[in-house]
Amino acid sequence: MKRVPPRMRLLAVLGAASLALAACGDSSDSGSGGDVSEVSIGIMGDFTGENAGIVIPIRNAAQLAVDEYNATNPETKIKLIPYDSQAKPEQAVALAKNAIKQDKIAGLIGPAFSGESAQVGPVLEEAQIPSVSASATNAPLAENGWKYWHRVISDDDVQGAGIGQFITTGVGAKKVFIIDDKSTYGQPLAATVKKAVEEGGATTEGDSIDTDGADFSSTVNKAKAFAPDAIFFGGYYAEGGKLIKQLREGGVDATFLSADGSLDPGLAKGAGGDNAEGSLIGCPCLIDPEGTAGEASKKFADAYKAKFNAPTAIYAAEAYDAATVFIKAVQSGATTPEDIQKFIGTVDFTGVSKQIKFEANGEVAGGDVYIYKVTGESLPLLGNAKTAKP
Amino acid sequence: MNQFWPATVDGLSLGAIYALLALGYTMVYGVLRLINFAHSEIFMIGTFASLAVVNLFGFSGVGGFALVGVVLVLAVAGALASGASAVALEYLAYRPLRRKGASRLAALISAIGASLFLQQLFARVLIPWWFDVPKEKGALPLQGHFVEREDLFAIGDFVVRNDKFIVFVGAIIMMVALDQFVSRTKLGRGIRATAQDPETSVLMGVNIDRIVTATFAIGGAMAGVAAALYMMRFEETDFFVGFLLGIKAFTAAVLGGIGNLRGALVGGMVLGLIEMYGSVMFGTEWQHVVAFTVLVLVLMFRPTGILGESLQQARV
Repeated sequence: MKRVPPRMRLLAVLGAASLALAACGDSSDSGSGGDVSEVSIGIMGDFTGENAGIVIPIRNAAQLAVDEYNATNPETKIKLIPYDSQAKPEQAVALAKNAIKQDKIAGLIGPAFSGESAQVGPVLEEAQIPSVSASATNAPLAENGWKYWHRVISDDDVQGAGIGQFITTGVGAKKVFIIDDKSTYGQPLAATVKKAVEEGGATTEGDSIDTDGADFSSTVNKAKAFAPDAIFFGGYYAEGGKLIKQLREGGVDATFLSADGSLDPGLAKGAGGDNAEGSLIGCPCLIDPEGTAGEASKKFADAYKAKFNAPTAIYAAEAYDAATVFIKAVQSGATTPEDIQKFIGTVDFTGVSKQIKFEANGEVAGGDVYIYKVTGESLPLLGNAKTAKP
Repeated sequence: MNQFWPATVDGLSLGAIYALLALGYTMVYGVLRLINFAHSEIFMIGTFASLAVVNLFGFSGVGGFALVGVVLVLAVAGALASGASAVALEYLAYRPLRRKGASRLAALISAIGASLFLQQLFARVLIPWWFDVPKEKGALPLQGHFVEREDLFAIGDFVVRNDKFIVFVGAIIMMVALDQFVSRTKLGRGIRATAQDPETSVLMGVNIDRIVTATFAIGGAMAGVAAALYMMRFEETDFFVGFLLGIKAFTAAVLGGIGNLRGALVGGMVLGLIEMYGSVMFGTEWQHVVAFTVLVLVLMFRPTGILGESLQQARV
């Protein structure tokens, strides 16, 4: 009976799902005919379902990358084939089988969500089709031993460690109160943050909230008694907003921090007034519509805006990078799934969101966490967690 | 800082809402021997009626005595909406079954169905239409911020805030008024008579249908008042808001002695306090476990609850 607002469900799923299947491919000329050869790359996610709002920027960004590449008149063009899974695992599996057998994709970007990724992963593995996800952050996805699975976004463990470090160094907190929502997303994340801030020399105390309830007063009372410098909440924005409201009304003024599940304007709205103002939200994703993070980010943000008449949104930069992995593979002459897979194993370039280089388990190496600062109802980028100052 | 006073104040403030909601369960049970599972949605309707009033008048930053006035307006709106909905619910979902002499189990299933129907009706149709939000966002929470929180006085080292105080006092006033109504008026006597022995009360000239309608109207109105107090306290609602509260209120009714009006008050307050004390002692993640453990223990030694079933007994 758990109620999960669609947006939150999406984020949770995103975490896991962002496996992008890379190209499976029969390379080749079978595609658009003519004397130019073509490689088919699939992209899978929820394009028409209730979470489409989050997945469409992913598709747009990938399309942008592919169009830019095809516009250079290369020897081998790339055809991007969308597969609308509506985030339903059974549908995603059927689509993936179709993509492999009929469309002969050489790789896949996606699926966008964790649930579908967990189901589609084995199918791609068996067919030996490489995938690169832009948005799946669920940590256990990397533990399946899949060789053909990759993601260009860091998982929740990296996110938690990055935010934890930011709390002790960037914010400079000595006493941190850590709250989780008991979910499979929030609880492990809060635990990782707790470990990181304790390693950074801060003392911690914590509590859990019940997401079905409205009254967080016992948690507020505990936080007040502890008198922390910073509060971290592992959970989604709907409860995050209510929690900030009740903390502020209860007289707790410590800096509020949270992670990607709370990276939504709904956080400030739920908190009411200016209660959420100045709260700091971490995310392994780069959302930078103003292009302040660097030249590549600026170029991408401008191109995206020009093409789709909308600012870049969550996971767009990552999707652009995921598509670029395949583009670089094709540029290097790889057109079969096997060759592309080999290329992905050695790829190393500076993407829009981060340095793109994969570890043996498919995780992107390194992994930057970015901090966003609640300002009114928007969430502008503050900077990289390693260097940002609130 | 000692957690005793904060937990006590918050527990009573939370328990007051449980108690008001528990009245609806307990009255309907007393008269019809039916657990009205759709009562949580009657409460939900009250929260939206309150929200609509807040939006209509554009209240914001209300504190002091003005807040008492605003809460009165919200309570009237909530009570009207919830009371009317409860009567309509009875008319559509329970009366046809009762007329045909269906078993109580059939009415129970009808209650569960009505509960799910109302939730989805609000999430998919009514909320988008009423509050002018996009259809796909009907299931998301809606906020109406209008309360200025002020500190009133201190108990121990804990400062009691205006909203928590109004919730507690408001609930007590409503409970006392209802208790007096049921024990002193003619309609109240009819309710007690029907609860005690429906057949005999018909022979004595009581119109059962009228009594049942009155019972639903009063129980619904209490849920509406609870909804207004809830909106003042939390300022946010969604289509699912009644679910957990409904379960808690039903638990409070059983704890105090289902069918017993004063039992609902005692059960609600005790449950609120147990939850808060449990959170302090064992951590918030254990609050439901502690609450239900206490419920089981109480029922082991007092199977009819703390005060026993007594709407049907002449003394209430």
